Order: sequence, then structure tokens, then C-alpha cells
Amino acid sequence: MALSRKDLLGLRGVSAAEIAEILNTADLMKVILSSNSKKTPHLQGRTILTVFYENSTRTRLSFELASKYMGAVAANMSASGSSVAKGESLVDTARTLDRMASDVLILRHPMTGAPNLMAKHVRASVINAGDGTNEHPTQALLDMFTMKEKLGGISGLNVAIVGDVSHSRVARSNLWGLTTMGAKVTFAGPPTFLPPELAAAGCRVTECVDDAVREADVVMGLRIQLERQEKGLFPSVREYHKLFGLTPERMALAKKGALVMHPGPMNRGVEISSILADGDQSVIDEQVTNGVAVRMALLFLLTRHNG
Amino acid sequence: MKTLIKNGTLVTPEGLRKDDILLSEGKIEKIGKDIADGGVEEVFDASELLVSPGLIDLHCHLREPGYEYKENIASGTRAAAHGGFTSVCCMANTKPVNDTAAVTEFILSKARREGVVRVYPLGAATKGLKGAELSEMGELKEAGVVAISDDGKSVVNAGRMRLVLCYAKHFGLPVVNHPEDPDLVGDGVMNEGYWSTVLGMPGATRVAEESIIARDCMLAELEGAHLHVAHVSTAGGAEIVRQFKKRGARITAETTPHYLYASDAWVAGSSGEAAPDLDVYDTSTRVNPPLRTEADSAALIEALKDGTIDCIATDHAPHHLDDKNVEFAQAASGISGFETALGVSWTALVLPGHMTPEQLLQKMTRDPAKIFSLPGGVLEVGQPADVILIDPRAEWVVDVADFLSKGKNCPFRGRKLTGKVLATWVGGNCVYKQKENAQER
Repeated sequence: MALSRKDLLGLRGVSAAEIAEILNTADLMKVILSSNSKKTPHLQGRTILTVFYENSTRTRLSFELASKYMGAVAANMSASGSSVAKGESLVDTARTLDRMASDVLILRHPMTGAPNLMAKHVRASVINAGDGTNEHPTQALLDMFTMKEKLGGISGLNVAIVGDVSHSRVARSNLWGLTTMGAKVTFAGPPTFLPPELAAAGCRVTECVDDAVREADVVMGLRIQLERQEKGLFPSVREYHKLFGLTPERMALAKKGALVMHPGPMNRGVEISSILADGDQSVIDEQVTNGVAVRMALLFLLTRHNG
Repeated sequence: MKTLIKNGTLVTPEGLRKDDILLSEGKIEKIGKDIADGGVEEVFDASELLVSPGLIDLHCHLREPGYEYKENIASGTRAAAHGGFTSVCCMANTKPVNDTAAVTEFILSKARREGVVRVYPLGAATKGLKGAELSEMGELKEAGVVAISDDGKSVVNAGRMRLVLCYAKHFGLPVVNHPEDPDLVGDGVMNEGYWSTVLGMPGATRVAEESIIARDCMLAELEGAHLHVAHVSTAGGAEIVRQFKKRGARITAETTPHYLYASDAWVAGSSGEAAPDLDVYDTSTRVNPPLRTEADSAALIEALKDGTIDCIATDHAPHHLDDKNVEFAQAASGISGFETALGVSWTALVLPGHMTPEQLLQKMTRDPAKIFSLPGGVLEVGQPADVILIDPRAEWVVDVADFLSKGKNCPFRGRKLTGKVLATWVGGNCVYKQKENAQER
């Protein structure tokens, strides 16, 4: 039981078998996570570093807890207050961390491709915890794990992903992961939030949220960064919610029992209404729990390959 | 010093012809059959080789003064000679900017002392490349600049660009623009399109380039000035130039070998053929304007063939390793281009049959010389003895360790190219020779 790859930099190009392996392992990890004794020896003797060039609460904590639940030595480096603030390059920082006998480096970085650069220069496994506007593979894995857990599988599902697709690493990772696993993905949002030629990547794209949500098995809202309004990408929060937000009325167009998902943190009343976020169809809280299980699985599988 | 090159296939304005050529006292003394070798110090047998005028590059960055860690005049001109260039025109974005006669004179004096090919500086269009006050173009011309440009930056203010064109015309100086609307580029670091979407990379729309090409063509037409459009990278940009040429505007244009051969798929490490060490997000593919699509390359080739695009320039932009060994969005833009220019162009244009060797070489010799009114560019008696030997059948693999440029930033590394420069003479002096291939007697 191991992944053949050294790093997980994204889900583009990751095979269905590998994704299935991670999700199946996460099943076992969730059992551990749900028990009263969460400590396991799977990562005994391993050192796992979270390297965050951007602020994040849930992703960083999720990885740190996953590492600690499995007995690893876990530490965090954030860019502020580190040598990065003194102008050290990513490559030099990566080499330094690598020489501290780390086994896995988990990188969150505001620039697309930064984990690829880091992976080229270190012996440790690198996990992309979100890079620029590119990918956030562990988020998509936990999303898929949640869909599988709740709906029994992924193949054949209609998944609507709604919001700021252009700037969303969650959207891209879900596109690659879900289509590889046989789901049909529809993206929706205002035209200023849809990147060019997206449909050529094997999905459906619409500017009409109602169209996307209709007959969906899963409806996923994406976080809107409010500073996008200052850049002119949408005119007002009020209009955004009215035309593109997820509301109970819109959700009624989806299949009965469809899931409501969101990677968090949410802007309530903007991309999603509170009634929906807290409603019966919402699995947003479970996504957070499942994130820990999936990250436990991934850390375990990636550290198996190097003995 | 007399050099005789025998039995070569000469590239002339009238086509290819088999002849001998005698270089003497810095000039081409004689062209003809069976030239006697009496008094000749060096004789080359060029039986299987092309003898071409030296290549002329209208657009390069020699980085001196100010950025000598990236390149200097000594290393840059040696790299140029290695690539077959005998004349190079260097842009003004040095430190200090070449916006005064003193900087121009410094560059020319360094080139005389340390350079091995002819160096023609361009002066800045505006002081400090800031797009505001006009540079002292009259004094710059007296000091020796051949054109003016704020290359590296667009003159964003249209009113200011109009004044630049108007004032430069008075001195007979062509204006080279850098067509790029920074507001439309935004955060974009690669071509906006399918691959930027797939890679999750901020894209720069082609319209950022095309809108400024259109604006500057209109302004040049208005002022009757000579506008030379730098590094055209899009099909739309070429079409705008085509239309303005038809209307009679004084527009010339260049493109570069990399826009003819590479595409934005290369940023994904997906070049359609073997590229051994090109990774996804490889910063050697970061260039400004960005690599566009294969359809753009095809349109640029057509534009070269029909004369819309007048010449091929390198936009040789050497960078230090540290400027490229960073995140893609932080990486410096540019490709070290002197030493692959002929091979890449040959492989993109001659090998697939888009152009004949003489058509390609005209785009790299005679035609650029005409645009900036430079000497050379043709093999005729009395012309400067700027001559290169090309092996048109040589297949070679690009190894950046062989570069004489300090800049090793090259997306063509590891790639097999056809067409290689074996020797370069400037003013009759041999400034580069690949000894194992050039058959010296």
C-alpha cells in the first residue's frame, strides 16, 4: 500500500487508481479519527513540516493534527517572521528545511507552481496545500471522500461548482479529480469569474447558476474574495448573492437529497445563504472532519514509498 | 589580412550561387570562380556549406552598463558571434538607462575595446524609460544611436507616444515600441487561454499587445513617422501591421525565433515532441510577450512569408540563474537567444519547407539592415567583410553549457535543431570558428 509518486503537487495527471487508493485509506483513517484513542504509530519517527507563505487556519491545522494523530514530529513555518521575510528564496528555504531531516514538506504559497519548484530541489515529499490560483489537491480529495461517503460513489455524479472559478484552486483540483473518477462537472458563475477555454478541459460551463444546479447531485459553493469587487470583477455583494449565490430556492432545482458543499471559510449571505449552509443537505462540517482523515491517509501513503 | 572562402554556396539577393569569396582589408574584395589564393593567409573549403552575410539583430539586451552579472558587452558579443551575428542593436534598458549621449558613448567605447561584433545602441524614447519626458534624441543620435525605444515598457500615455514619434521623425530615427498595455496584462504571466486555465496561471490577453500595436500604428500614420513594431507574437498583431502597411504607413515589424517555434503549451512542459528537461512551470518559458499558441506561430510564419513581418530579431534577454530559479510569477522574463536563433529559425521555417534558406537568411541579414539603415547584410564587393559559414544539414542538440552568453536561460535546451553556424567574420576578422567542423587548410 503506497503511492508510486514522491510528491502530490496537484490532481491533474493523478490516476483513478491512485485517487481510489487515497480515498480507501481515508476510510480506515476516519475510523481511527472517530475513536476515543486517536493516536496511531503510522508516522512514528517521521518529521512533517507545514510551510505556509499564506495565512490559513483549517488547512494548516488539519495537516498538523493529521501528522500528530499518527505520531509524527510536526512543526510549522510561516513566511512572516522567518528568513523569508529577510528575502530568502523559496529554493534556499526548501533546501534548509530538507536538510533538517524532514520527510514531508506541506507548502501553501500564493504563486502557482511554487510546490513544483520546491519538489525539484528537495529529497522530502512535497504536498501542495494550495498554490496561487492553481490547485488544492487535498481539498478536492476530501470533497471526493465526502461525496463517496454520502452518496456511495463518485462515478456518474453531476457536480455543480459555483462562484469564482477563475481564482479558485479548489475548483481546478475538483475538476481534475472528479472527471478522472467519472463524475460530470459543471462550472457556473458570472463571466468575469470564468477562465477562458475552460470547457476544453472536459467540463460544462455556464453563466446561469440555475442551469448548473438543475439535476445536480452535489452543489459546491466557492468563496468569493470581497476584494475582487474593488478590482471590478463584480459590482456588489447584493447583486452577486441575488444572481449567483446559493439559496434554498436555487437548491430546490437540484436532485432530491443533493449535497451542499463549501471549502470554507464561507461568506454567509454572499456566495451561500446561512439557511443552506446550516441546513439538512449541508455536509460542510463533515468536510472539515474528513479533511483530517484524507490528510492522514495521504501522509501515510506518501511516506511508505521511501521506506 | 586576406581570407579566401572557396567553393561555398553564396547567399545573395539574387539567390544561391556557387562561388569563391575573398575577404581583404575588412571588405569583400572579390566574388567569383577560382579566385587565386596568392597572398591569402587563410583559405577555407566551404564545399558543403552556405556562405551568408553575417546575421543582423535589431533587438537584443547586452545588459551593460548595470547588469553585468547577467551579461556584458564582451560576453554578449561573443555569444552573438557564436550565433552568427555580426551586428547587434542593444536596447536602452540598462542601468543607467541609455537616455543620454554619455551612456551611448560608454557602450560604444566598451564595444570598440571589448566587443567582437558591431554594436549599435538604441536610445531611450523617454528619460529613464518613465514614459514622461522625451529623451534628448538629437544628442543621442549624434552619439551614435540608430533608433529609439523604451523597450521593456510601453509608452502607456498615447499623447506622449505621439510626441515621441513626432520628435524622432525630425531626426530620422525609427521608433521601436514595446506593445503591451499593462492594465490589460494585469497579473498575467503567460498567454491567456486554454493552458493558463489548465495550469491555474494568471493569463495575459493577446489584446494587451494588439491594442497597443493598433494605437501606435495609428499614431505613426498620423505623424508620418517610422514605427518598428517589436516582437510581434500574435496573429492579430501581425494582421494589424498588414493592414497599416497596406494603407501606406511607415511600419516595419519583427518577430523572434521563439514565437515561431514554441507555444504556451511549453509552459505545461507539453511541447508535442521530446523536450528532455522542460518541466511544467519551467521559468525558461517565461518571456514577454508570452509564448502564444501554435495558431499564432503559424500566422507569424505566414506574415513573414508575405512580408508583413520584415525580419527576425532575437530579443536576446540573458538572465542570471538566480533570476530564473524562483517561482514562475517572480521569474525574470526573457530567453538567451543569440546562440539558438539560426538553428531555431531554420528548424521552424526551412526544415518544414515554409521558407527557402535564402528567404530565411534575408530576414536575418539584408532586411533588418535596411530597417535601421545599417551597413552589411549583403554579399557584394565593397561591402564589409561580415560573413558567416553555415552547415545547413548539421543536426545538433542545444547544450547551454556551450553558450558563450552568461545567460543560460533557454527553453530549447536538450532539443535537436538543424542548421549551425561554423564560423563568423566581422570586418574580415574571424571572431568565431568551430574548429572541428570548419575545414581549414
